[in-house]
Amino acid sequence: MIRFVSLRLLRALVTVLAVMTFSFVVLRMSGDPAEVLLGPDVPQNVIDAFRRQWGLDAPLWRQYLSYLGAIFQGDFGLSMRDRAPALDLVLERVPATLMLTVPALILKLGIGIPAGIFAALHRDSAIDRGVIFLAILGFTIPSFVMGLVLVLIFAVTLGVLPSGGFGTWQNAILPGITISIGGIGIIARFSRSAMIEVLGQPYIRTASAKGVKWHDVVRGHALPNAAIPIVTIAGFMVGSLIAGAVVVETIFSWPGIGRLLIVSVSNRDLAVVQCILLLIAAVMVTANLIVDLLYGWLDPRLRTGTAH
Amino acid sequence: MSALIEAEDLVRVYATRQGLFGRAVPVRAVDGVSLRVARGETLGIVGESGSGKSTLGRMLLGVDPAQGGVVRFDGAPLPDKGTPAWRALRARLQMVYQDPLAALDRRLPIARQIREPLDIHARGDDAARRARVAELMQSVGLRADQAGRYPHELSGGQRQRVVIARALACAPELLVCDEPVSALDVSIQAQVVNLLRGLRGENGLAMVFISHDLKVVRNLCDRVAVMYLGRIVEEGPVERLFAAPRHPYTRALISSVPDPGQPLKGRIILQGEPPNPAKRPPGCAFYPRCPQASGICRAELPQMRATGQGCRAACHHLDGADPVPQAA
Amino acid sequence: MTATNPPDLLARDDRRRPRAAIPTAVALGLGWLALMVLCAILADLLRPYDITQMDLSARLMPPLTPGHWLGTDELGRDVLSRLIQSVRVSLVIAFGATAISAAFGTTLGFLAARFRGLVEQFVVMLADFQAALPFLIMSLAVLAFFGSSMLLLVCLMGFYGWERYARIARGLAIAAGAQGYAAAVEQLGATPRRLYLGHILPNVASTLIVSMTLTFPEIILMESGLSFLGLGVQPPETSLGNMVGFGRDYLTTAPWIMLAPSVVIMITTLSISLVGDWLRDRLDPTVR
Repeated sequence: MIRFVSLRLLRALVTVLAVMTFSFVVLRMSGDPAEVLLGPDVPQNVIDAFRRQWGLDAPLWRQYLSYLGAIFQGDFGLSMRDRAPALDLVLERVPATLMLTVPALILKLGIGIPAGIFAALHRDSAIDRGVIFLAILGFTIPSFVMGLVLVLIFAVTLGVLPSGGFGTWQNAILPGITISIGGIGIIARFSRSAMIEVLGQPYIRTASAKGVKWHDVVRGHALPNAAIPIVTIAGFMVGSLIAGAVVVETIFSWPGIGRLLIVSVSNRDLAVVQCILLLIAAVMVTANLIVDLLYGWLDPRLRTGTAH
Repeated sequence: MSALIEAEDLVRVYATRQGLFGRAVPVRAVDGVSLRVARGETLGIVGESGSGKSTLGRMLLGVDPAQGGVVRFDGAPLPDKGTPAWRALRARLQMVYQDPLAALDRRLPIARQIREPLDIHARGDDAARRARVAELMQSVGLRADQAGRYPHELSGGQRQRVVIARALACAPELLVCDEPVSALDVSIQAQVVNLLRGLRGENGLAMVFISHDLKVVRNLCDRVAVMYLGRIVEEGPVERLFAAPRHPYTRALISSVPDPGQPLKGRIILQGEPPNPAKRPPGCAFYPRCPQASGICRAELPQMRATGQGCRAACHHLDGADPVPQAA
Repeated sequence: MTATNPPDLLARDDRRRPRAAIPTAVALGLGWLALMVLCAILADLLRPYDITQMDLSARLMPPLTPGHWLGTDELGRDVLSRLIQSVRVSLVIAFGATAISAAFGTTLGFLAARFRGLVEQFVVMLADFQAALPFLIMSLAVLAFFGSSMLLLVCLMGFYGWERYARIARGLAIAAGAQGYAAAVEQLGATPRRLYLGHILPNVASTLIVSMTLTFPEIILMESGLSFLGLGVQPPETSLGNMVGFGRDYLTTAPWIMLAPSVVIMITTLSISLVGDWLRDRLDPTVR
């Protein structure tokens, strides 16, 4: 078990390093930062001075090392636009994003899991078919279409909810629903197939054949076993709490991480984009790590080491 | 008689893990095996499952690398697996598998598969390859109209004929047959054994026939080697060995084969657990089940010794031992 | 939690009844997909107008206007013509990207199966990386700093979902080796190239095709999302997502500009999902 955990930790570290390297490569390959930052009509001696000042005249590997060193000291650089530390700009947007994604996650799990399990228990019935159809519909509608349609109905036609902006709880309703719909569909479909798989197992048939009440079979045997894969997928969704709202924040002018990313990308604000990338990667890697460890803990086969 | 293939002191150790994080336990699947097969000769290898006979077969072909010892084919050590030299040698060394359905590609018609070695080793032009496929199919007893069939459309016996035809395509000098009939219906086994019997010695084809079925081995082979827990315990010409087995394990095996028309007499029932290759006892591996075991068996590994008339056996009690213990 | 009766469950033991006919929903989906493919192939013939042809006297005409059955946009360009062209562009990107992704993933999977060890670790690391950066975010970063071009877009989308193919290809190749036919063919003296391309690939193809039907709609959604954000397909070229993005400004005055491509995206992805699910159940229930 210790071996498993330490190997998994090592993998997580390697992944974070890979993301840092990726962002370094993308930044360096997209053009000379001196020319990008200073603009076209700058005399050569100014460019050279700038290069020396920022260490851009050093060999690439040294630049890479000092870049990594700066990150480990918490220095993510300055935003090009207002010269503020990129990290501060990014962190101040986090609460707004969480205000959308946390309730959305609760909705996804709270509606998706019961719907999926209910459908599995009534397999091939009209309810089951209805749930499948809605679930597929839910994640095949792009969020930008869903968002705009909701705006068209509730803001433009009915005029009961604001079409965008930030401040009151009414502002959060439409974007929150938009984020949730796709996730509900995914969770419902996944829970359904996990439950169906468990229900097909011999131990369930044995339990019901030896006369255990069906209600108790479901509660005592089926649900705990179906929970393992469902917890896994739910864990991966936790990872998208930060990253999952880019499109929706743009549609509803919600001042979160996603909107900051889009704005910084269109301004080519390198430091901010890079900081967001690393933040998202750190959250995702942590979430994936926790899911893997949780999975190892939940699945007794992995704990005692008899799998494979 | 010059040896076509010669194995010297072969060792193959598997590391089996007990569980995902368990410590690796080394299993000596093949433990110091030496043997020779002459051109045109058929050697039978018998033993219980887990005795390492299939691993030995794959090592003779160079499919499983030897961790100790050497295999010489036609005087030269086998090249490493996956090298061009190894691949080229496949035209001369071939294999017949236990499960023909698994050994065939289920998406290709059988004629394509019989032809494949000819394509791989670039034998002849297209017309010559077609003719060769037709010839092979006829010689293994497949009808020409079955050429376009897929493996799942054939019976088990017919599939094994396809595998044999494919193995023979490039006219190999050595054919290793790993339990070629044990997955087949009893009614079909005889046909496939007869087919293999017909191939025996044809154009100097040598065969290594791996089986747990002593009747088939007796019927088909010139010589036989008996394996127990990764080692050869007795070896000799087939008639001689069946008539006067010297090793207690061989005796027990042979005593369990019924003779047609006679009640089974003097059967030796082995005591104790079947062998677990991961927990090989020190000394003679057979002593926990051996009716003649004494102190020396527990301490010392018996070496192969000649027992006369071309036979060899590895047992401490060859000399003083009472001959065949008929009284039971 | 309510529950059905156990006998019901036991009766369903054999999982799926053989289905004689194609379900209606799947048939409709297939029909729609055929229509879309036709649209993409014959776009030049089907388009009533050029996609950039402006008619300032007929701006923001509603649907069912004679000559402009789906109306016109803010510059008087025919929405139907632009829609047909968008279907072509989006489908071409999705097809190209799916092909790249399948080829890339399958190759990595086979390499991992053949060499194991370090190669396998490297593939795992790539997959970890992919899981650490949501695809949309990674694409945003790349497109932002390299600028958007059709080629870059297709290549970038080609990295979507490769890890799925890699996992499947690796698993099936290892199974084929252990199971027998791959080991047997190798034992005949076949080169790795013959073994993997001639035997293992045809044997795993049906499973890979099923997972392509699962990736395809996701790539369409990804491309239209990027184009909606203004980072995917650039004007004057048009794609489904890009039409929705520009139509958004006229949401209140001319919702048809945005609704027409939205409906096409929805029905297309829905159709592929339905057909893909059905195919998976029929051909290969092991893929998820």
